[in-house]
Amino acid sequence: MSTQRKAVALISGGLDSMLAARVIMDQGIHVEGINFFTGFCVEGHTHAIRKKDRAKPKRNNALWVAEQLGIKLHIIDVIEEYKDVLINPKHGYGQNMNPCLDCKCFMVHKAVEWIRAHDFDFIITGEVMGQRPMSQRRDTMPVVARESGADDLLLRPLCAKHLPPTLPEREGWVDREKLLDFHGRNRKPQMALARQLGIEDYAQPAGGCCFLTDRAYSDKLVDLWQARGEREYQLDDIMLLKVGRHIRPNPRFKLIIGREEGENRFLEGYRKQYVSLCPTSHKGPLVLLDGWPEEADLELAARITARYSQGRDAEQVTVAVRQGDGEERELTVAPMPPGEIPADWHV
Amino acid sequence: MNTKHIDARRLLCPMPVIRTQDAVADMQPGEQLVITCTDPGALKDIPAWCRINGHRVVETRQEGDDIIITVEVGA
Repeated sequence: MSTQRKAVALISGGLDSMLAARVIMDQGIHVEGINFFTGFCVEGHTHAIRKKDRAKPKRNNALWVAEQLGIKLHIIDVIEEYKDVLINPKHGYGQNMNPCLDCKCFMVHKAVEWIRAHDFDFIITGEVMGQRPMSQRRDTMPVVARESGADDLLLRPLCAKHLPPTLPEREGWVDREKLLDFHGRNRKPQMALARQLGIEDYAQPAGGCCFLTDRAYSDKLVDLWQARGEREYQLDDIMLLKVGRHIRPNPRFKLIIGREEGENRFLEGYRKQYVSLCPTSHKGPLVLLDGWPEEADLELAARITARYSQGRDAEQVTVAVRQGDGEERELTVAPMPPGEIPADWHV
Repeated sequence: MNTKHIDARRLLCPMPVIRTQDAVADMQPGEQLVITCTDPGALKDIPAWCRINGHRVVETRQEGDDIIITVEVGA
């Protein structure tokens, strides 16, 4: 009796990884999914924070895909290990702060560790040659296989026919003839295959499951590093980059200003870690100060806070300034006129 | 029966699921895990994770902004 071979599939939640897993499952291979959480995964974070979005239906697409396929999904927290990938990418960044090629090498490497620990035979991904400008090119796909340590245990079912046969193909665990030859950015072949397999519902490809491909987010990350004088971050830092209006009057500090009730509530959870400001004479936002503000900075911060309150047109607004330890005092200030906030303060 | 509690408040998806997954890994079949979280995404994600991994959601309730989900560990 032949041994049933086992593969782990990198599941992003998109159509390609879903199809890749299904194509291999249909060849009788036992497939389980793996999904890595770097801290930068989009997965509805802003929906979870902003009140106006809270009623929108939301789901974790990787979990949803696993359920549709009927496979287990292992979600792995790689937040700490991922820092080195982002801070020191050997292959550099894409258009923004996205280290896509290093990221793919890292994730496949983690999958190699996982299959060794769990006695699985090979790894599959939904990569399509020519689909992504960094990590899915003819010349970079072998780099991923080599640098991840996966070598010929890495099978890309959707474009396998453009690549040399891998171990699972050579050993006859999977039939190469039933694998595919997709290429390029045209998604019609994937959609046709989905129809053929009876897959009707899937996450639409938006090219952005990672905040690091987003220009505005990347700008905030670069600003954070420049202000701190070092390329470092904690999970709270990168979460707060997703929230609020960020205004940096000088290198010592920036304000993170809640834009609505949901964001204010989210920022509330960070008040023990940051100096925070909140108008008391008028309704207004909760504001966190990130950095090392000096005494004079607090008045400036209070004036900006007042500008974003309902007292923006009042002569004076009273703002409570609270230290992380709970010590609180009030400042009464004139709201800063909108024209006096230079455009380049907006991060 | 042992019941374990985890606080996943302020954590955004998928962290509440990861915390659930890690806690369940150290528990025995039949034991219960109570997860307190604030991300509404957990209302879909934790039950989905339970379904694909053979666990059972016993109860889901809301107290103010807190979402409290009780999971019974499967075999």
